[in-house]
Amino acid sequence: MGKIIYVDNNATTQVAPEVLESMLPFFKYLWGNPSSMHTFGGQVANYIDKAREQVAHFLGAQRSSEIIFTSCGTEGNNTAIRSALKAFGDKRHIVTTSVEHPAVLNLCKELAKEGYNVTFLPVDHEGHLNIDQFKESLREDTAIASIMWANNETGVVFPIEQIADICAEKNVPLHVDAVQAVGKLDINLSKTPITYLSISGHKLHAPKGIGALYVRRGTKFRPWLIGGHQEGGRRAGTENAAFIVGLGVACELAMKNRNTDVERMRALRDFLEEGILKSIPRSSVNGDRKMRLPNTTNISFEAIEGEAILLMLNEYGICASSGSACTSGSLEPSHVLIAMGVPFTRAHGSIRFSLSRYNTKEEMEYILEKLPQIVEHLRGLSPVS
Amino acid sequence: MWKYSEKVIDHFLHPRNVGEIENPDGIGEVGSLACGDMLRLTFKLDENGRIADAKFKTFGCASAIASSSALTEMIKGMTLEEAEKITNRDIANYLGGLPEEKMHCSVMGREALETAIKNYRGISGPKRELEGKVVCKCFGVTENDIRRVAIENDLETLEQITAYTKAGGGCGLCHQEIERILDELKAEKKHQEKEVSYKKPSFTNIELMHMVEDLINNRIKYALQQDGGDIELVDIDRNIVFIRLKGACASCPSSFTTMKRFIEKELKKEISPDIQVEEVK
Repeated sequence: MGKIIYVDNNATTQVAPEVLESMLPFFKYLWGNPSSMHTFGGQVANYIDKAREQVAHFLGAQRSSEIIFTSCGTEGNNTAIRSALKAFGDKRHIVTTSVEHPAVLNLCKELAKEGYNVTFLPVDHEGHLNIDQFKESLREDTAIASIMWANNETGVVFPIEQIADICAEKNVPLHVDAVQAVGKLDINLSKTPITYLSISGHKLHAPKGIGALYVRRGTKFRPWLIGGHQEGGRRAGTENAAFIVGLGVACELAMKNRNTDVERMRALRDFLEEGILKSIPRSSVNGDRKMRLPNTTNISFEAIEGEAILLMLNEYGICASSGSACTSGSLEPSHVLIAMGVPFTRAHGSIRFSLSRYNTKEEMEYILEKLPQIVEHLRGLSPVS
Repeated sequence: MWKYSEKVIDHFLHPRNVGEIENPDGIGEVGSLACGDMLRLTFKLDENGRIADAKFKTFGCASAIASSSALTEMIKGMTLEEAEKITNRDIANYLGGLPEEKMHCSVMGREALETAIKNYRGISGPKRELEGKVVCKCFGVTENDIRRVAIENDLETLEQITAYTKAGGGCGLCHQEIERILDELKAEKKHQEKEVSYKKPSFTNIELMHMVEDLINNRIKYALQQDGGDIELVDIDRNIVFIRLKGACASCPSSFTTMKRFIEKELKKEISPDIQVEEVK
């Protein structure tokens, strides 16, 4: 394979070299079980404690005991929502949005089948919630509201601070899927009254297979994985020490680099986006361009289909993703774009570029050189003009 | 990521016969932008009634473009009677197979061809019309469509029907209806199998010879020629069919596999499970 231009960082990110380095000793020498009563194993617990502090510090949590390590973002989401439903057994109502990641959306659909009442809040053309409508949707019997911080497909950011205040005022626990927000937005849990917050390591230059769930101190909690006493009895299973350490380092790196990362990604993203809009007729951005992650752009090209664009980009080593039906494995285009009222034709021809701190201007220039000819070629094949 | 064959990728990256024929003899248009794929096929006949030229324009994914491109290559030189016999499986086979979830692209190709032929014969407009009861309202798929694709591809599950026809891939309200059709088909098949087993052996020697000859000289020969190969029917002795592989096939190291996997399988499937193929060098 030739040179790869990776602009699919909302799908997953490269493991930072510093993160990899920090993990290796736990495969080579420090492979003991942190629960053991000998120093060889027990010393590993110190590294886990340190990682927990790094994650807590990064999220602005007041105590590291508020962090539970999980296997992925999906586990965090499932744990938080199921815990709230169990802990507040008499409350049978859930509030969420129609544009959540499948890890929340499909769970809520499943819960609806199990008999819970679920409100799926709509979004407007720009991908935003109506905050008054959100406020009205919270009821006496609402066990939990689960709202994503930033959308994985469009990058549109919800006003979580405002949402958290409303939930606190109405006494409804709030779960935030912050998988896409971490490292790109300022998160300070000591200032924002969020009850549960899930993050995933591999969107943050840590490896796949590690995540964390923040649970505010004092929140009634019911574990999902039952077994040993690990994670303070809140998540059974032997700790994935190497990956936990990696996540800690990734959080520290993200904190150290956040300002430069964000500015860098935003400048490159804007350069790419403006270049595309200027050079390709009948292309348009999906979602609000202001309240948006600095690294994401979702652009539709009329009269052509996303998978075809992706596979042609792939020929040049350019890795992106699409909201078209053909790439999702289902037959319908992205539920996010459809919820925003993006017409089917534009949804089928949507491409998402998502950047990381490792992208360069040369890469954006290369995309801008190749993409217009790809779009023109495919439009030449299309029966609609 | 989909596992596409090299041939699919080739036809996607280098599509053959793109465009629209001016004053075509037949036009066939299927699908829509909303559904995510759309194909417009045009063809022209020569003085002998064979397809002299065929062109396509397609909106859709890689496999939709590749299926359209393959279709135009396959039908060139055929009479309409020959072209009519092309099934979606023939299109998929020509491409070295398609992922099951993408089989609907091959069905779209067959439907466009069918519509274009009907259009030539004056029994249809250029746009494909739905015939019979619509089962899937999201994607506009009728009971006839489902039955035909299920029979031609030997489908048994709802997921397969969705993969091949898109029916049931939207709101999901028609799932029960599709399962009812599948149950009916299963019952019909059982019934037919019973009848067939009573009748066996069902063909006279002459009938069998004609059928084998027909299949080899049309479909099998054609498929092999696409890869630069060829086949000659040498003799038929009861259930043993003697053939000679020619062209690229003769020297191909996988000719034995071709013979057993493809030729014998086709003959067994189409004519009789008792048939065996022997190569004559």
